[in-house]
Amino acid sequence: MDTGKRSTVAVSDALPHSAADGVTDWLLRRACGLRRLPNGDLRTRRRVLRAAVAAFGELWLAGAGRAAVGSRTVRFGLTPAFLHDQHGLLADWREYLRDKLGRPVEFVLRDSYRETMDLLRLTKIDFAWICDYPYLHLKDEVRLMAVPLYRGRPYYRSYLIVAARNLHVSSIAQLKGNIFAYADPYSNTGYLAPRYALHRLGENPERFFRKTFFTYSHRKVIEAVASGLAVAGAVDSYVWDSLAVVAPEITRQTRIVSISEEFGFPPLVAHRSVGDEEFRQMQGVLLNMGRDPGGRSLLARFHIDAFIPGKPAMYDGVARMMLAFGEG
Amino acid sequence: MKRLFDLSFRYKIPLWGSVLIVTAALFVASSLMFRAYEDLRRDLYISADGLARTLAKTLFPAILHDNVWQAFEIVRAPFHGASPEHPVQAELVLVVDDRQQIYVSDDPKTLPMLTGIRYVSEEFAALAQRIAELGASPGTHEFAGSKHIYFITPIADGEALLGHLVLGYSREAFFERFLDIARNAAGIAALVVTVLLPINWYWGRRTAEPLVRLAARMSEVGHSVPAPMEPGLYAYRDELGRLFEAYERMVTELRGKKVLEREMVRSERLAAVGRLSAGIAHEINNPLAGMLTAISTLKEHGHADVRTLKTMALVERGLQQIRDTVAALLVQARLVSRNLAAQDLEDVRTLLEPEAQRKAARIEWQCEVQGEVDLPATLVRQILINLMLNAINAAGERGSVRCRVALEGNCLEINVANDGRPLPEEVKERLFEPFTTTGSGPGLGLWVTYQIVQQLGGRIAARSGDGLTFFTVSLPASPAPCVPKATASA
Repeated sequence: MDTGKRSTVAVSDALPHSAADGVTDWLLRRACGLRRLPNGDLRTRRRVLRAAVAAFGELWLAGAGRAAVGSRTVRFGLTPAFLHDQHGLLADWREYLRDKLGRPVEFVLRDSYRETMDLLRLTKIDFAWICDYPYLHLKDEVRLMAVPLYRGRPYYRSYLIVAARNLHVSSIAQLKGNIFAYADPYSNTGYLAPRYALHRLGENPERFFRKTFFTYSHRKVIEAVASGLAVAGAVDSYVWDSLAVVAPEITRQTRIVSISEEFGFPPLVAHRSVGDEEFRQMQGVLLNMGRDPGGRSLLARFHIDAFIPGKPAMYDGVARMMLAFGEG
Repeated sequence: MKRLFDLSFRYKIPLWGSVLIVTAALFVASSLMFRAYEDLRRDLYISADGLARTLAKTLFPAILHDNVWQAFEIVRAPFHGASPEHPVQAELVLVVDDRQQIYVSDDPKTLPMLTGIRYVSEEFAALAQRIAELGASPGTHEFAGSKHIYFITPIADGEALLGHLVLGYSREAFFERFLDIARNAAGIAALVVTVLLPINWYWGRRTAEPLVRLAARMSEVGHSVPAPMEPGLYAYRDELGRLFEAYERMVTELRGKKVLEREMVRSERLAAVGRLSAGIAHEINNPLAGMLTAISTLKEHGHADVRTLKTMALVERGLQQIRDTVAALLVQARLVSRNLAAQDLEDVRTLLEPEAQRKAARIEWQCEVQGEVDLPATLVRQILINLMLNAINAAGERGSVRCRVALEGNCLEINVANDGRPLPEEVKERLFEPFTTTGSGPGLGLWVTYQIVQQLGGRIAARSGDGLTFFTVSLPASPAPCVPKATASA
């Protein structure tokens, strides 16, 4: 089923911003609609403090490691997961990373998770922001580097959506024999989670629906359901919520039928071939984005609060689902 | 229908012109519309064909890999959807798979995936049948009352036929667009008609008017001599102009004929009167002569008393008056006379002098005759005296009389004019009849003159004009008749 679109654009220092505009969206797909944390949230404060301490150390390390790492271009893989219309954000983030790292940064965009996974496997890219499901597939080849903090927690969910006018559906069990839109075969919330829900109901996801198809984007799943092409679809809660802020006229045409349990938020990973110094330097830059105005502004535009180091155990829930289908 | 053809040219010419103009405008407008319709249709076919080929080619891999979303994005691409600016845009894009189910449509809400198209509507059932008939070849589907014009294109690559792409173009929008053009064409036609009709009407009336006038005048022929046309009514040299000229000639000839007829009637009448009076005179003269002889004998040998003598003298005077009158009526031109000499004319002048002086009239005498003229002197003198006495009488006190005698070719021309009152119409008609008088005298002078002129083979005419009254006499000096210089009028 690896038939996704193969539009590939590398965004590098050498390219002007307008060139980057042609593709971008990557970050948009990742980042939208994040609210600022309430100031009074002690836990957050504590976390921020801890991050700050860690960042200080990282900065020092980064400075020390700069010589060893040299000026090789950093290649950062971005997977499609969200909005298509914030090209400027991607360019700004790349510039931000370049300034912090002191090295040129190249974003490598692919339209399906599978392609980015292949690039990681082939070490054509050093870092990537991927979905949790691919992360578990690649667990032996990549290291967890950072996890976004979304609404104060490094978790997100899967939404089962139907068209807004479709009022009688209250559970996935009622969708038997209908047309269903998946996001990507390597998407957790857009593929694995709904199939797991059916599995738990004792249904065979392969035969439960009359027809299923992949849109290779969460946003397009929402559009497919809104337009009536699919009766229902499964979508990333982060994407739906963000889109509800950015383009409410689309989400208004859909209705959330059910919300899944929490899953670890799509992580930023580094290939195991990346040296420790380089790993820590990149991690440090990400974790400290909340510490300077430029970084804070970028995070706000991503609709996330901050990056935290994260723990592989956060993804155990996903691993359990995979196990149910004989994967992992 | 006949009544239509019986109409006056005044209406017929503009009417036919109008019919022609309207017919031509209708014809041109409808051919423009027809052409526009064909062009629109061709544009639609070309546009639809191009779009369909491109879409079908792009859709093939998407359908082959069962990439529904990609196929959906292709059919939903924003190059269709009719709008006022682009009326020939596809309103409906539909991909039908090989089982005639909807694979994907641009509006899944009304045409959801996997629906058998024959169950969508009757129109689609017919469409399904058409698709089945077409197989792997492209075609169109449309019928009276269908909502769309459908362009059906197979989605195939070589042998592999995956399904069909159906593009639906709104027939309503198409006809709306056509109606727009049709309305424009009709507007132009109406404008042309509005401009041309008054011009045609004006021109038609202008052409018909002289004809109508001519026809009106012509219809008078037979009853009376029509009046000539107003000059400048039609000053062109085309057929109508020539008709006008012919008309003028005809009128002139008719008038001449009329004058001739009247003159003939008059001379016939005068001749009849002459014959009658001659006959009567002869019949009277014989017993009259007897009666006078008897009275004369009775006076000499009758020994009548005074009273009887007195009565006989009265009878004799009466009989003599009858004889004079009859003698005057019976103009005898046969008496032998010597030829006219210039001196004779001078004599007449001398004879008239006392009468002219008595009336204090002025006489303008112009005599251009020299030597002898082969005409009897006595008769010519009598003619001249009669005419001159009449003229002096007519001119009245201190009037003016003009006399001209001349030889014109072989004719002796006598012209006498006076400035007295013009001749009254009723007198003119009977001028040369006996006992026609304007006051003084018994009214036999002109009668005698006429008789003499007739007997000499000449012509006499009278006319009034320019304050003068003319009497003209032409007398042939040789047996050949006089050639008139100008037409004399009564």
